[in-house]
Amino acid sequence: MKLSGKNLSFQELNEAVRDTTDEHIELCDILGHRYIGAGSSGRDIVIEGVPGNALGAYLSGSSLTVKGNAQDAVGDTMNDGRIIISGSCGDTAGYAMRGGKIYIGGNAGYRVGIHMKEYGAHSPIIVIGGRAGAFLGEYQAGGTIVVLGLGGSGCPIGGYCGTGMHGGRMFIRGTVLPGTLSDQVLVEEPDRHSRLLLKEILSDYCRYFPEVSANSLLKDHFFLLTPNTKNPFKQLYTAC
Amino acid sequence: MLKEGEVRIPAGCAISGIFSRAGKPISGGEIVSSISTMHDRSNGLGGGFAAYGIYPEYPEHFAFHLFYDSDAAKRACEAELKTFFTVADEGPIPTRKVPGVGNGPIIWRYFAAPRPEKMEALKMDEQEYTVRFVLRINRDIGGAYIFSSGKNMGVFKAVGFPEDVGEFYKLESYRGYSWTAHGRYPTNTPGWWGGAHPFALGQYTIVHNGEISSYDANRRFIEMFGYHCSLLTDTEVITYVFDYLNRVQGLSLEDIALVIAAPFWEEIDCMPEEQKRKLYYLRNMFASLLITGPFSIILGFDKGIMALNDRLKLRSMVAGEKDDRLYIASEECAIRVLAPQLDKFYAAQGGVPIIARLEEGTN
Amino acid sequence: MSGDFLYPDYEIIRDFSRCTVCHDCERQCANGCHSYNEKLGRMVADNAKCVVCHRCVSMCPVSALKIVKTDHTFKQNANWTGDVIGDIYRQAGSGGVLLSSMGNPQKYPIYWDKILINASQVTNPSIDPLREPMETKLFLGGRPDRVEYDEKGQLKDNLPVHLSTQVPVLFSAMSYGSISRNAHEALAKAAAALGTYYNTGEGGLHEDFYQYADNTIVQVASGRFGVHKRYLDAGAAIEIKMGQGAKPGIGGHLPGSKITEDVSRTRMIPEGTDAISPAPHHDIYSIEDLRQLVYSLKEATSYKKPIIVKIAAVHNVAAIASGIARSGADIIAIDGFRGGTGAAPSRIRDNVGIPIELALAAVDERLRQEGIRNNVSIIAGGSIRSSADIVKAIALGADAVYIATAALLALGCHLCRACQLGRCNWGIATQRPDLTARLDPDAGARRLVNLVTAWNHEIKEMMGGMGINSIEALRGNRLMLRGIGLTEKELSILGIKHAGE
Repeated sequence: MKLSGKNLSFQELNEAVRDTTDEHIELCDILGHRYIGAGSSGRDIVIEGVPGNALGAYLSGSSLTVKGNAQDAVGDTMNDGRIIISGSCGDTAGYAMRGGKIYIGGNAGYRVGIHMKEYGAHSPIIVIGGRAGAFLGEYQAGGTIVVLGLGGSGCPIGGYCGTGMHGGRMFIRGTVLPGTLSDQVLVEEPDRHSRLLLKEILSDYCRYFPEVSANSLLKDHFFLLTPNTKNPFKQLYTAC
Repeated sequence: MLKEGEVRIPAGCAISGIFSRAGKPISGGEIVSSISTMHDRSNGLGGGFAAYGIYPEYPEHFAFHLFYDSDAAKRACEAELKTFFTVADEGPIPTRKVPGVGNGPIIWRYFAAPRPEKMEALKMDEQEYTVRFVLRINRDIGGAYIFSSGKNMGVFKAVGFPEDVGEFYKLESYRGYSWTAHGRYPTNTPGWWGGAHPFALGQYTIVHNGEISSYDANRRFIEMFGYHCSLLTDTEVITYVFDYLNRVQGLSLEDIALVIAAPFWEEIDCMPEEQKRKLYYLRNMFASLLITGPFSIILGFDKGIMALNDRLKLRSMVAGEKDDRLYIASEECAIRVLAPQLDKFYAAQGGVPIIARLEEGTN
Repeated sequence: MSGDFLYPDYEIIRDFSRCTVCHDCERQCANGCHSYNEKLGRMVADNAKCVVCHRCVSMCPVSALKIVKTDHTFKQNANWTGDVIGDIYRQAGSGGVLLSSMGNPQKYPIYWDKILINASQVTNPSIDPLREPMETKLFLGGRPDRVEYDEKGQLKDNLPVHLSTQVPVLFSAMSYGSISRNAHEALAKAAAALGTYYNTGEGGLHEDFYQYADNTIVQVASGRFGVHKRYLDAGAAIEIKMGQGAKPGIGGHLPGSKITEDVSRTRMIPEGTDAISPAPHHDIYSIEDLRQLVYSLKEATSYKKPIIVKIAAVHNVAAIASGIARSGADIIAIDGFRGGTGAAPSRIRDNVGIPIELALAAVDERLRQEGIRNNVSIIAGGSIRSSADIVKAIALGADAVYIATAALLALGCHLCRACQLGRCNWGIATQRPDLTARLDPDAGARRLVNLVTAWNHEIKEMMGGMGINSIEALRGNRLMLRGIGLTEKELSILGIKHAGE
């Protein structure tokens, strides 16, 4: 199905998407339409324009491709599927996502990957081609976040990264980290096992972004960020 | 039911702004189509616009826009106005009937210049003189409300969705080098037009999205300096803070951002010595003007525009540039609707202002 | 430092003339209070370990045990009380935040107890509920502003999906993890039997309980535990938890030790990892963001589920509720400051928030002033203790009430306020298999059904006395209430007259 978003409200647009039996859906003239693909599975939706907030919320297996930028709350609580954004995205992408992949060509906003978690066979992945804003991976409980910082110099992530982190991992390309990195985060050089994981993720990412070469990226320096088990996130309590 | 000024009403919102660095005229129709793409961020209980460069025929006169509840209030206010100002021109602001905008107050506009002898007697410059006058009218004359009071600029607002408000005020007929817009989502029905945004004082206008948690600390501080908060809204107090810090204290807009959206001490301690000293000074000096809680604001001022996010960046705000134009909005769609192809597109950073001014020699 | 020693607040008293040294008390106590002393040849108790849950007292076959408040005391001081001194010693010793559980136990006014209910005499008749129809069935959900007609001039059903309950009582959110599987099962079965709803809390929905989905409200909280498409589709309604009365502005943190294999499967996080749900949803920082979450859930479930937004009763609750009513939410749940919890910092529990009675009255009045009260339903919670509280809540303006502490009491809870320890001897607030086995879900469900059925009878009696035969005619009927011993200000906030007026 091919559908233009011009003169359609988000409700009308999403209803049409839900109602069609077509697997492949092309949406054009999209401008701020919210909740595209929310909760869906088995769809392959290609979006031209700027989709509105909460693109692919609770996504359950569909594939969403955005030719351009996306706004806030991409893939909120997504469980499975794939969101590919050729441009940049706004704040809080991948909030509490439990599975699937979000690949962003450009930059991502603040609070990306908050509450990201993994369970069983599900381990979510977010790859950000450019830079990520502050509070990346707050309360991260599982999954993998990769920030490449392509086309820029210096530290590709904002401050207060990984506050409350208690699971999962982040790979940050480059040689500098912010001064305000949370104490709950352990910074290491990736070992062989994690380099293999990184290679696997980057090879897959580069399938959608052929202008990026996984092999040449892998020659660069990456920091591996994991929860610091010696300084876990907890409040000290006293019973009364 | 209590209205703004009698009770504090938190609100959420959408904001948008367009600015031409070259001072080229921009039609009001453009800002209306920008803000209308974010319809879902407001709830029809307030919309408004600020425009700069729209009154070139009266560049040196203060343009007062007023809401009157009654003819009696109008008479009382005009008596005061004519005592302190010489009115060059006046009349109703042109409007058209729009289904989405209900019955409102009497809307009147005056182009006026301060009476020099009065100004001299009070030993005030014309800005201070006008600001004091506006604050006094809004506090003391019931049923009269000055909602715009700068030179060569004006605010247009009402209860309704912003796109309806734009149509109501025939904004497509105005041309200005700078526009800001607001769609409001208040948590009750004020039913009062003055409560809509932008909030304005003198040359400054603010549109704002968010609810600040420091409100009463900021309000009780700024009221010490003669700014009576008659609306009890975040926008009102933020505008007064800008007027106080920029016009009265002479801080640059960049430094004001360091006061109201100050970096955390932890970040300040990582800075080079000189900058660290300055930030320690500013945070200490104006500790009660630190604004916490979510906000994204666009400040309009004479020959410029500024956008600022709170220091945690709890509200979304993005910016785009194309040729001489700067676009700022809560959502990208509100920019792309005007300029699908941009030279540059970026997200605002927490506490980092985006400022644009007219290029030298324009206007 | 021995100066920090605190004499236990309660003492276990054993009647040795009755004690048969059967060791039942020792087996029953997960806190290890009781033991056998070889030398003395008798059972002894460590008062310091006692949480006053009465398990040993209840199970002692010869009634040899009782627990009394100690008469040991600091020198009397109305300001520096023993509790205050004890807390300072504890914090000076540990550096920790004081933690406790269940609802606010402090001496704040309980407005329910200062409100009296009306009855008819002479001028209009009371109704005998045993003889005449008496309706407590009600619907919860949003309503549009206007009726619509189709082309034939027939009324169109333009109502959004509603919840329908036979009793004005729903079980409020308690997560699997904070309470046991058996406790959840009892709640689910009771809700199904009563024709009402229980609420999963933020811990996901156990695979075995999808069979009760029609009587289940699924919750979405900041941590989004166990939230996925099937979960959202399963529930009769979806509740967005913005806050909780026991700890407004504060989140939850279920330690890894409580994330057993089964809890982990339901929450969809690995076994033994912490489950952190901070106070804010990090994507909701303003009212229009709430609208975004409400509509994202509606879109994901094709507008088939009513959306409840639950907030704690705080100072600005009326304005907040008004914003929620305009956000697309169908139902607003308000939780007062005496609401329970499995763990809360004591200072928050005891000092933050406002009573549900005042919050409910303020919200209902504000929504009416704005003409939008009919667009949403209101569920009030936060220490509803009896059928009389329910009648008063509905007359103040609630559509229905949430109960949780009362439901746990029905399941055996003795309000010892030590849930945070995870050693609940009654098998409720624990995941230890030997302890959870003590709670029989079928027996528990029966007791819950008994409680709510009894309350519903009482509600009907009270309604009948007022001459009201449908719960809908009680809603917001504040003339049926009078205050006793309240100030003008309190009466004006509650919107009721004083007794005698």
